[in-house]
Amino acid sequence: MPIYSKIIINHFKKPKNVGKIKNPDGVGEAGNLACGDLMKIYLKIKKNKEGEDFIENIKFETLGCIVAIANTSLLTAMVKGKTIKEALKIKKEDLIKKLGQPLPPFKIHCSVLALDALKEAIYDYYQKEKIKIPEELEKEHQRIINTKKELEKRYKEFRELEREVLK
Amino acid sequence: MTKKIKRIYLDYAATTPVDPRVLKAMKPYFSEKFGNTMSLHSFGQEAKTALEESREIVANLMGAKPSEVIFTSSATESNNLALKGVALANKNKGRHIIISSIEHACVVESAKWLEKQGFEVTRLKVDKYGLVDPEDVKKAIKKETILVSIMHANNEIGTIEPIEKIGKICKERGVYFHTDAAQTFGKIPIDVNKMNIDLMTVSSHKMYGPKGVGALFVREGTKIEPILHGGGHEMGLRSSTVNVAGIVGFATACKICKKEMKKEGERLTKLRDKLIKGILEEVPGSHLNGHPTERLANNANFSFWGVEGESIVIQLDLMGIAASTGSACSSEKLQASHVLLAIGLRPEQAHGSLRLSLGKWTKEKDIDYILGVLPKVIKRLRKISPTK
Repeated sequence: MPIYSKIIINHFKKPKNVGKIKNPDGVGEAGNLACGDLMKIYLKIKKNKEGEDFIENIKFETLGCIVAIANTSLLTAMVKGKTIKEALKIKKEDLIKKLGQPLPPFKIHCSVLALDALKEAIYDYYQKEKIKIPEELEKEHQRIINTKKELEKRYKEFRELEREVLK
Repeated sequence: MTKKIKRIYLDYAATTPVDPRVLKAMKPYFSEKFGNTMSLHSFGQEAKTALEESREIVANLMGAKPSEVIFTSSATESNNLALKGVALANKNKGRHIIISSIEHACVVESAKWLEKQGFEVTRLKVDKYGLVDPEDVKKAIKKETILVSIMHANNEIGTIEPIEKIGKICKERGVYFHTDAAQTFGKIPIDVNKMNIDLMTVSSHKMYGPKGVGALFVREGTKIEPILHGGGHEMGLRSSTVNVAGIVGFATACKICKKEMKKEGERLTKLRDKLIKGILEEVPGSHLNGHPTERLANNANFSFWGVEGESIVIQLDLMGIAASTGSACSSEKLQASHVLLAIGLRPEQAHGSLRLSLGKWTKEKDIDYILGVLPKVIKRLRKISPTK
């Protein structure tokens, strides 16, 4: 019967790490309400024995379809306890593989968004702590805000067109 | 072992189960009375008789002559035939067509295709309930107009259009009027003469008949070209070996609907209103899409703030309830339902939409069950959502 894998269904039914963190060290957001997907990730960062930053706690909030919710839940479970360096190495392919089924092309976007929200949260932490931002992360940050701007522009154009049509 | 959950079907607007009486009537036409209606021998004549008897029954439910009913494979095919067939046959008179902005995809796409062939298409706006204003039709008709196509009731939000008035305007102006009645035929009384309809699309599987059968009413004397050419079946308008079993099933469904329509409509209206009242009262941030009274007896469509439609549908499915959404969560493209956007919903509202459509096997306890479950589902999804 189901069109989604057991793993996706389970993450959807009982998502891990849902909610907010009080006084987070980093917050990241990706997606757009108008598109039906909006994700927010909160981080608490500590230092491990080796003196590296690691994700001590992570929480998420997602508005979106089942795949979007499952993706953010899975990602938070994967990176909790990991160092930031390790977390940044995760690719959308890793997420999709763990979801246990090949996603239709238009749903791959959900995996990208979850990772984007995490990257933005790490970026936010680096900025707050005045840590030098790695070149790769800076590039990703630029791409994410550009997509956001593009979406907002398209949304505005869309609303204007709509007003014109409905005049 | 997995626990068997109770399953409740609330998606009758998508398709309906075949009524057992329909199935029984169809059965002989597969292996016993299997003839080709075009054959001269007794097998063929048996099939031909069944076809013509069925045509009479279907025509009877819409107040048409049997010779005005063309059987097709679906409502999609009927709509394609109506738009393309009339456009191609009348292009010397003019090349302008009028539709509404909330038509089914098969009308929307047929009109778009005609645009590519050099026709001009006017898409009429609707009000916040999804109603077309007949005055707008009047204003949009010009010398070059050959066809107006406005659906009888909308498949997503259930709004019933004032087609009798629109038909009258078209009649006065000498323009063909087509209506897509896939959602209303067999559910509310239709009289093609009283309602001034020249062409009308109907569908079998929306009214407890089998899938793969539809029909197009074409008023006598209407200029129309076929789109399927071949052996000249269906008065030359639709070549293809005739699907006799399916058509017998469709006709049987028509017979049953004719008898049960009134009572069933009253029963469903009561259940629908209980459902709508219950949801609006129990779920904060919920909104009814479509008209409160000018709506199909079996349709309820809601928007819920701060949640996404597909999530609601999947969550309900996990609890045994089959429903539908106007949202296609595929981001970037703002792919919310064109109907919900046309009634003025913002994309973020349209994405959180849910359609529940009732039918013959919907019981009051099913409504009670969903009224108990849905508020919790929305609450849970909002808890996960960042927009509170």
